[in-house]
Amino acid sequence: MPDYFHGYSVVGLVAVVGVCFVAVAFGAGRLLRPVVPTREKMLTYECGVDPVGDGWAHTQVRYYVYAFLYVIFAVDSVFLFPWATVFAAPGYGATTLVEMFVFLGFLTVGLLYAWKKGVLEWT
Amino acid sequence: MDVLDVALRLVAVLVAFLTLPLLVGQTEHKVMAHMQGRVGPMYAGGFHGWAQLVADGVKFAQKEDIVPDGADRRVFQLAPAVALIPYLLVLVAIPFAPDGGVGQAVDAGIFFVLAVMGVGVLGSLMGGWASANKFSLLGGLRTGAQLMAYELPMLLAAASVAMAAGTASLTGILDAFEWWWVPWQIIGALVFFTAGLAELQRPPFDAPVADSEIIFGAYTEYTGLRFAFFLLAEYAGIVVLCALTTVLFLGGWHGPFAADLGWVWTLLKTSVLAFVVIWLRVSYPRLREDQIQRVAWTGLVPLALLQIALTGVVKVVIQ
Repeated sequence: MPDYFHGYSVVGLVAVVGVCFVAVAFGAGRLLRPVVPTREKMLTYECGVDPVGDGWAHTQVRYYVYAFLYVIFAVDSVFLFPWATVFAAPGYGATTLVEMFVFLGFLTVGLLYAWKKGVLEWT
Repeated sequence: MDVLDVALRLVAVLVAFLTLPLLVGQTEHKVMAHMQGRVGPMYAGGFHGWAQLVADGVKFAQKEDIVPDGADRRVFQLAPAVALIPYLLVLVAIPFAPDGGVGQAVDAGIFFVLAVMGVGVLGSLMGGWASANKFSLLGGLRTGAQLMAYELPMLLAAASVAMAAGTASLTGILDAFEWWWVPWQIIGALVFFTAGLAELQRPPFDAPVADSEIIFGAYTEYTGLRFAFFLLAEYAGIVVLCALTTVLFLGGWHGPFAADLGWVWTLLKTSVLAFVVIWLRVSYPRLREDQIQRVAWTGLVPLALLQIALTGVVKVVIQ
């Protein structure tokens, strides 16, 4: 167990190194670069003309159904990993495999259903 | 816990993180140029423009850092860091040589690596939203859609390798590797690599940053160092993706004289894959947004499920 946490403490140290690297770079950048703000410079970029309307514009999120699909599949596929490490171990074998096929079958039927319903079309 | 050992590993990871992406970037300059019948940068540094990216870096560091008035200031400024740091974290878990040739062997390696890589995309989302720019917003939304579509086949393909090896640890996978895994897992390899390209928003999956449509997507409003960090994140992403594909599907350090030359094999395989990434950029047209979704859901996901079925059956049969 201590070994287990040791591994992640090194990963944590790497994260600290990363944060320090970014902080130092941004700090050094602040010292190096000029600061000459003008009104035009601070405008939102819109191909050179003055921006029209608000920046957070209305837009149609066409793929929210994809988002639902993703959540369903992602949560399911997480269960694959613990299963993957044991399914071929002695005492599991074919039965475990068939069980997972049933599980994957459910996923596939769900995907086929979504496909047939036209959810996977863009418009 | 040997402090010196850990410190050395940290330094090594940081150095690899800062040099390998630049190498890929310079290679991209040159390979693209020659594939397009020109020579690319020739001036900086004297010999074939080798210092071009160093010069670019100096230029970026000197540029004014502009945050638009309309932007969500803090989030806007933080986004490049969020995009960059995850790739550094992933790099530490990738084994490059046998017998402890890894920054840090993480127990559930595949899981850790995929989870952390997903965080990098948050940087683009933050930038896209916080810029308060219509192009950025569209780019950010496209990034989000793309992540959702391609994370899944990537996860499934990686799960197939975990099944084959019977472990989720990256070092464990390499210890269990046999050469015939390459043909056995080839579908998974293709799915993983393609999905990875899409997550990095590399051509042909670069609709989120399509310069001829939405300027530069989520990065439109960025200048100077912050912009450079987004670019660095992209190239670090290429290194990480190619190294991961190497480890999971191409046997990582396995090869003749692996005991001594393992790291050479890892680097060689990774570079070949990086070359393919560049090659695809030059040779494939950009997919449209709806085509991108279709490729993922009706192409890669079924293929990945097929690979899982194949892996499962073969594994149980040979037991």
